[in-house]
Amino acid sequence: MSKINLTRRSVLQTGAITGAGLALPTYLSAASHSGFTNAPTGDTVTLGFNVPQTGPYADEGADELRAYKLAVDHLNGGGDGGLMNTFSSKALQGNGILGKKVEFVTGDTQTKSDAARASARSMIEKDGAVMITGGSSSGVAVAVQALCQEAGIIFMAGLTHSNDTTGKDKKANGFRHFFNSYMSGAALAPILADNYGKDRKAYHLTADYNWGYTTEEAVRTSTEAMGWETVAAVKTPLTQTDFSSYIAPVLQSGADVLVLNHYGGNMVNSLTNAVQFGLREKQVNGKNFEIIVPLYSRLMAKGAGANVKGIFGSANWHWSLQDEGSKAFVKSFGTKYGFPPSQAAHTTYVQTLLYADAVERAGSFNPCAVGEALSDFQFDGMGNGPTLYRGADHQCFKDVLVVKGKENPTSEFDLLEIVEITPTSQVTYDASIFGGELGACNPGA
Amino acid sequence: MEAIILQVLNGLDKGSAYALIALGLTLIFGTLGVVNFAHGALFMIGAFCAVTLSRIISISRTIIDDSQTDFLGNPLKVDVPYVYDWFGQATGDVIIDWAVPLSILFAIPIMVAIGVAMERGLIKHFYKRPHADQILVTFGLAIVLQEIIKYFYGANPIPTPAPDAFRGSFDFGAAFGFDPNVIIYPYWRLVYFSFAAVIIASVFAFLQFTTFGMVVRAGMADRETVQLLGINIDRRFTLMFGMAAAVAGLAGVMYTPINSPNYHMGMDFLVLSFVVVVVGGMGSLPGAVLAGFLLGILESFASMREVLTILPGLNQIIIYLVAIIILLTRPRGLMGRKGVMED
Repeated sequence: MSKINLTRRSVLQTGAITGAGLALPTYLSAASHSGFTNAPTGDTVTLGFNVPQTGPYADEGADELRAYKLAVDHLNGGGDGGLMNTFSSKALQGNGILGKKVEFVTGDTQTKSDAARASARSMIEKDGAVMITGGSSSGVAVAVQALCQEAGIIFMAGLTHSNDTTGKDKKANGFRHFFNSYMSGAALAPILADNYGKDRKAYHLTADYNWGYTTEEAVRTSTEAMGWETVAAVKTPLTQTDFSSYIAPVLQSGADVLVLNHYGGNMVNSLTNAVQFGLREKQVNGKNFEIIVPLYSRLMAKGAGANVKGIFGSANWHWSLQDEGSKAFVKSFGTKYGFPPSQAAHTTYVQTLLYADAVERAGSFNPCAVGEALSDFQFDGMGNGPTLYRGADHQCFKDVLVVKGKENPTSEFDLLEIVEITPTSQVTYDASIFGGELGACNPGA
Repeated sequence: MEAIILQVLNGLDKGSAYALIALGLTLIFGTLGVVNFAHGALFMIGAFCAVTLSRIISISRTIIDDSQTDFLGNPLKVDVPYVYDWFGQATGDVIIDWAVPLSILFAIPIMVAIGVAMERGLIKHFYKRPHADQILVTFGLAIVLQEIIKYFYGANPIPTPAPDAFRGSFDFGAAFGFDPNVIIYPYWRLVYFSFAAVIIASVFAFLQFTTFGMVVRAGMADRETVQLLGINIDRRFTLMFGMAAAVAGLAGVMYTPINSPNYHMGMDFLVLSFVVVVVGGMGSLPGAVLAGFLLGILESFASMREVLTILPGLNQIIIYLVAIIILLTRPRGLMGRKGVMED
């Protein structure tokens, strides 16, 4: 029988080492950080919805806000539960988030980066928002994402399509569900080749800001790879309303395709002007002249009216999809508001549920724990088919829709028809191609 | 050559809008001495008169079509415009199709009423105040007006197409011996230019050949003397404000098929129109028209790819560049009266 010498000092030393050893894995996991910005203390948790309530994208912002309110209602156990019923993860129980009732505050981005940052800062500092989400512009998304990174808050991006958001400007605290310019180009190119042939001359008109640049680059790269020639690419000011002086030279350029890398009011006006100039009735190089709008939005298509008929573009989601998730969301949203949701509403609703689900799975509101739960998370049932939230850049990878302006719409909502659901594999790319570094997660306080 | 002709044509319709707005601005400045920053909002309200009439004409009763379903799977509700019931579907379609031209008649009384109400209700209290005060109050009014429009009509552009008869474009190239499909110009823009020319000519004729116009011109030259003759010049100037509002409104009505109207469209034109007034000469009606067309054409040329390749961004500054040059070399503007802006 061996003799064990127990002294007070050795017991304390052994205890301390054992305790530290046991605690280390827990300490290293993000969830254990006790201090993080705006840690909820009562029985409620506050989310910050930062959307354009004034300015040119106010209607999209209004639809986003409707979707957020619906999501909060569902998270708190109200309504029919919406996408919580079809979501592959079953962590959400309709009892708030981690048992805390979800409340929200709203901010107005005005589609201006400085205003968006100011409203996000106010929601974080004054209202105690633990997560910020929203936006209808890539410039705004990039700006607010950087702010959230500094503040130690999770940012769940709304409608932002630039490669930069999860490319060169990506941040560890930022996550995007919406698709991007690269995916639009990759999805559109084969459809364009099938419909318009591989021998085409394209003329690009591009909105003069970061979304325009990345969209032009993506569409050029994809179409040139299949044999198209780019005859010219002209930047147009974001404030431009009459595009006639930009469209007139298209006729003399020898181009037989016009690509409008425009969104919002720019898209409505440039497309309207192009149709007025009779481009779609022209024959150039022995072919029908064609117009392409890489990023479609139903709300913008409504603004352009009959001019969208027959014009190809891409979309993140459309209410006419027939999967169970899409049907559930359309039913929920349509019953509450009387009209189908836009893709902006869909992505913001999904982002809210994804955040709440990640908190539940992580067991903490700590942004680093939530980030870990979202990274490389695979899910289904949210309207886009099987989806991966890639950990390397915090970009969602899922099917992309190629859509076309409907020739015979049956209602004011029935403006676009789905031409193809492009599989995820066709729009997936290496996370490093756009540069940028995620950096380290910042829990804040 | 073709490119030059095309840009001149482009400049004409843009210049038409500038000229019409600047004409109204100049009328107000010349008569009342007020710098009216709400004038762009009047252009926007005119455009929304077209939207409103279009909606009024399209007011419908709803019938249930059991053979179709809506997005929720319920029987589809189909709107049948009352004009179909009253005039038959064929005539009803024509009335709906011609909503924009019909809006001219709808907009004139509304715009005159808004102009008179604006002048009597607010602006008259600022006649003796500094120009800075006038700018602040009218700019504030413009923001209020556009927010009201946004509240009722939303923020997104509302398509308001031209009648089918004016859709498509005219091939100037084929008509004048150039290559076909190179110099083409939308029919509605030709209509807009012609309409602007008629309105401008009418305003000049009204001021030149009517007694009312003669009194107004006399008042613009020497208000006090006209008042000493026992003429109520204030009432006439109020009506001129209404007329200027109507001119801006009509410019807006006819502009709707060119660009779908939105609540912000007035602001897009406002600053440029002020530059037009300054370049043309404060208070000079012919100067406003001349500068409107001149700057519209210059702006079009500056947007040419060949020009932008050499001087990127020139299209964004060309108008202001011209304004700076004019203010430095000829402060009274191209056709301004000697002494105005030269103190």
